[in-house]
Amino acid sequence: MRFFEDIEVGQRRELGSFTFTADGIKKFAAQFDPQRFHLDEEAGRRSLFGGLAASGWHVGSVCMKLLVADGQRQAAEAAARGEKLAALGPSPGFRELRWIKPVLAGDTISFASEVEQLRTSEKRPEWGILQARNTGTNQRGELVFSLLATAFVARRNAGA
Amino acid sequence: MMTLTFEDFPPGHFGTFGPRHVTREEILAFAAEFDPQPMHLDEEAASRSMLKGLSGSGWHLCSIMMRMMVDGFVGRAASLGSPGVNEVRWLAPLRPGDDLMLDVDVTEARVSRSRPETGIVTFKSVVRNAAGQALCEMVSPIMLGRRAAGQAG
Repeated sequence: MRFFEDIEVGQRRELGSFTFTADGIKKFAAQFDPQRFHLDEEAGRRSLFGGLAASGWHVGSVCMKLLVADGQRQAAEAAARGEKLAALGPSPGFRELRWIKPVLAGDTISFASEVEQLRTSEKRPEWGILQARNTGTNQRGELVFSLLATAFVARRNAGA
Repeated sequence: MMTLTFEDFPPGHFGTFGPRHVTREEILAFAAEFDPQPMHLDEEAASRSMLKGLSGSGWHLCSIMMRMMVDGFVGRAASLGSPGVNEVRWLAPLRPGDDLMLDVDVTEARVSRSRPETGIVTFKSVVRNAAGQALCEMVSPIMLGRRAAGQAG
C-alpha cells in the first residue's frame, strides 16, 4: 500500500477481473444469502434478475478480494524497490453501494478503484482517511456495481 | 406460512433476530477467500493492528447480517432483491466466539413509482455482540411485492 502522502485525488487503479460461476454463486448464497434467485437457475430466470444472480454481498466481497490482492501486489513491488511499506488500516464503513445491474452466472466483472477524497484524521494523526469509488464493469462494458469506500491509510511520517 | 409483503413492514421497530454464533474457523475461512489482510488472518499481526486482536472482515459481518435477515424475515417475504445499501458503518470489531443479535427497524416504506405493484422498504439494521456493543449499522432498501388487490389481510 502506498503511503497517504503518495496518493492523489483522481488516481485510478484497475484491480483485475473475476468470473462468477454458477457453482460459486450458489455456494456463497447457500451460506449467506439463500434467496431462491441466488440458488436456482429457473427461479433466477423468473425473477427481476432474469437469470441465476450473484448475491450483492458476493459481488462486494469479490471487490474486496481484488482490492486486497492489488494492495499486496503494490507492497511486493515496493519491497522489490527496497522501499518502506505502508499499512492499510481498517475501514470505518462505506456509503452509496449500488447494485446497478445483476451479476449473472458466467459474467466476468472488472473492478477498479478511483480516489475521490483525502483528509487527515485529528483523532489519529498517524493515519490519513481515503475515500475511493470502487466500481465493477461486466464483459459488455456495463457498470454493474459501485460504492464509496472509506479506509485509513498510514502516513509517511507517523511517529517521526 | 403467509408470505410477508410490503404491507407487513410499516415504519417502526420490526424485530430482533439471533443469536448467531461466529466461530474462529469461519472468520479465518472468509478472510482467506475474500479479505486476506493480516488483521483478519494472523493472531500475532492482528494484535499489533489498530483493532488489537483477530477480527472478522467487515464484509463477512455484513454477509452474516444478510443471512440473519434472510433467516429472520426476508426468506418468507416477497423479496425482489435490493438496489443497494445507503450506508454501512463498522463500529467495533467482530471477534471469534461472538454471539450476534440483529435489531431491525423500518425507517421508510413507499410504493415504487416505476413499478406500482412493488414497494421499497428501507431497513436500519444494527448488529450487537453479547455485551450489547454495536458492531455494525446498515441502512438498506429491499424491494417487496405488494399484496394483490382484493386479497384478504
